[in-house]
Amino acid sequence: MDFNHTGEQAALADSVRRFCDDNIDLASHRRDGRSPSDTRLWRQIADLGWLGAGLSEEEGGFGGGPVESAIIAEAFGRSLAVEPYVSSAVLSVRTLLASGGSAASLIESIVSGERTVALACCEPEGRGDPSHVSARAERKGGGYRLSGRKSLVLGGANADFHLVSARTSGDVRDDDGVTLFRIERAHPGLRRQDYRLVDRRMACDLWLDDLEVGADAVVGEPDQASGAIREGVDHGIAAICADSLGAMDRALWITRDYLKTRKQFGQTLSSFQALQHRMADMLVELELSRSMLYAALAALALGADKRSRGVSAAKAVIGKAGIFIGQQAIQLHGGIGMTEEYAVGHYYKRLLANASLFGSIDAHIERYAALSGGEPASVLF
Amino acid sequence: MDFTIDPAIHDFRRMVRSFIQENLPEEMRRRGERDFDSKESDVRGWMRILNARGWATPNWPEACGGVNWSPLQKFVFQQELRRARAPVLDRVGTDLIGPVLCEFGTDAQRARFLPRIQNGEDWWGQGFSEPDAGSDLASLKTRADLVGDAYVVNGQKIWTTCAQYAQWIFALVRTDFSAKPQKGISFLLIDATSPGVTRRPIESIDGGFTLNEVFFDNVEVPIENLVGEAGKGWDYAKFLLTHERTSSAEAPHTQRDIEQLKLLASNAIKGGRPLLEDPVFRSKVAALEIDVIALEWAVLRILHADPDDPSLNSVASILKMRGNVQRQIVAELAAEALGDYGIAMFLDPDDPDVRAEDHLAPPLEGEAVGVSARAIFRRATSIYGGAAEVQRNIIAKQILGL
Repeated sequence: MDFNHTGEQAALADSVRRFCDDNIDLASHRRDGRSPSDTRLWRQIADLGWLGAGLSEEEGGFGGGPVESAIIAEAFGRSLAVEPYVSSAVLSVRTLLASGGSAASLIESIVSGERTVALACCEPEGRGDPSHVSARAERKGGGYRLSGRKSLVLGGANADFHLVSARTSGDVRDDDGVTLFRIERAHPGLRRQDYRLVDRRMACDLWLDDLEVGADAVVGEPDQASGAIREGVDHGIAAICADSLGAMDRALWITRDYLKTRKQFGQTLSSFQALQHRMADMLVELELSRSMLYAALAALALGADKRSRGVSAAKAVIGKAGIFIGQQAIQLHGGIGMTEEYAVGHYYKRLLANASLFGSIDAHIERYAALSGGEPASVLF
Repeated sequence: MDFTIDPAIHDFRRMVRSFIQENLPEEMRRRGERDFDSKESDVRGWMRILNARGWATPNWPEACGGVNWSPLQKFVFQQELRRARAPVLDRVGTDLIGPVLCEFGTDAQRARFLPRIQNGEDWWGQGFSEPDAGSDLASLKTRADLVGDAYVVNGQKIWTTCAQYAQWIFALVRTDFSAKPQKGISFLLIDATSPGVTRRPIESIDGGFTLNEVFFDNVEVPIENLVGEAGKGWDYAKFLLTHERTSSAEAPHTQRDIEQLKLLASNAIKGGRPLLEDPVFRSKVAALEIDVIALEWAVLRILHADPDDPSLNSVASILKMRGNVQRQIVAELAAEALGDYGIAMFLDPDDPDVRAEDHLAPPLEGEAVGVSARAIFRRATSIYGGAAEVQRNIIAKQILGL
């Protein structure tokens, strides 16, 4: 066990951070949200090798793993980047890798930045839980006919193709009977409605209007996609947690700096103990969240149930801490924190969105409880 | 970064677990289930057993009798002790004065005191707080005047845990009244049986008697019992309060308490089914468990960091603050799990100070015994060792630079 970055990891963290400082600012973030993914920026990110940095060489990447993904996601969260890194390079790629078979052949074009992909695994009634699948895929001729709706597809508005989960057998919450389909953006029968999240990242809902695909659209094994989706989403949640860490850290230090400059009653705000103590509470939340992120990254290497348990624990802790830090960052700023042109409000909204993506805080506490049974309160043992 | 766990840690855990199983006397284990302050004779006996194996003080530097274990192994060892309900050792000796003597004591002091701590022979009391010097410790007034080869100590200490069992007390005393408050303080080792030392237990709101007042009336302390240099006591005290950066989080003890809480909540019935299956209660337990995992990993981070990194000192405040709150919540949930009996008092039948008429008890057995008293005493966790508000001051000043 080693909590220090290796030389390569430190260099990666440093270069992603510098890249974001040079290329992403609040003004660019506030551009019209219809096309937030700057293709020039995305090209650069791909050329720098970051879309494959979180994958081993066998997986089609450059010798990294979840730690590298977390480093990139944290830097993106810190700079409020809206590029679809987590949705394309983590959520979707990890789902493809876990699907086995020929699915891995799709990874090369994603890692090179040629194509972006979004994972459409959620539905309104699932409230972020991908195990709820009511969209149906019925066999028709040599292929399938899909009907139903997928919701809150992160990065879906600009994706070149989607990985869509649909039920080929069984009941809405059954583990068996879920199949993953690869569907191109312009496929006939795929209806899309784009929208912005509170933090200006793009998402969409998809309607499958008796959409017909051939058998070659199936990713992995028919009926057996649940495990792969769960694994992909667990990796995605860990990256979202890292994104939150970056946002929390930045929001906290911006607030600290503000307290040291803003004067009221003839003294800087930093001299008031009530405000000092609030900031101390924020720092406690931040440090425990960082610890919890490491626990989640460790859990990703474990078997499915332990992995999901550790990831849910992290999602709950970091979700709650992120909202607390974001809210207090606004509160300690006062009026200026409420303005669109100042950064802390945007960090709050990022943290708010992250806390809700792929299941609320309560939902993850519940999943943790359901998976923990008689196990001790520990990720490792 | 590499979070893979060396599988050998599981073998280590099994090895420690089987040693404890084979060597922890059943009577001690049974009393440990109740989690009152461990009986004095149990603590001394268990220290002897651990010491015979060389495991009494694994956290000390090896040269002083520590064990060559990895940080993770030391943590696992603590988890296994708590899990097995072994007596809780006298932390004042093993975690506080021991490391101070290892670091700043003379060879003679180390040879005289350390082996007796390891073997459970000497218990120590911590003489820091005074009636007018709590959070503001530097304003302490107990004085020590050098007369010939001895200090003559006069004054009063308070909240001295288990002073009634202590052979020795380490105390912060003022030896220089002209210097700045922090500079005139020295660190003395005082024989608790010396003439002029008076100890008086203070009953706490849980009905226990672990707290004490200690009075010093012209107590003679030989000059060889001064630790380090005169006037540097404040530095040694700061070392003591921050050295055990992770033990104040008490994560293994809370993990043990959660196990107990789940046991209580599976035995308790609410509306025809186990309380642990009640969605609201189950969610509260899970939220606590999750928070303890975050603390556990914060502890692991510190254990794996460079021990000479000074920034870690203030991180101890983070661990302590959150750990203290968890200790309170787990005890409150255990009382809640007992339903009606959660508000029934149950005093420690083994506590010699508890009055005979107070041995009335509700019909509870095993792990349920003493739960309500414990929840009440846990209010102390966010006060002792530096109140939560003092920890927030430290974080604001040292980490945030406010």
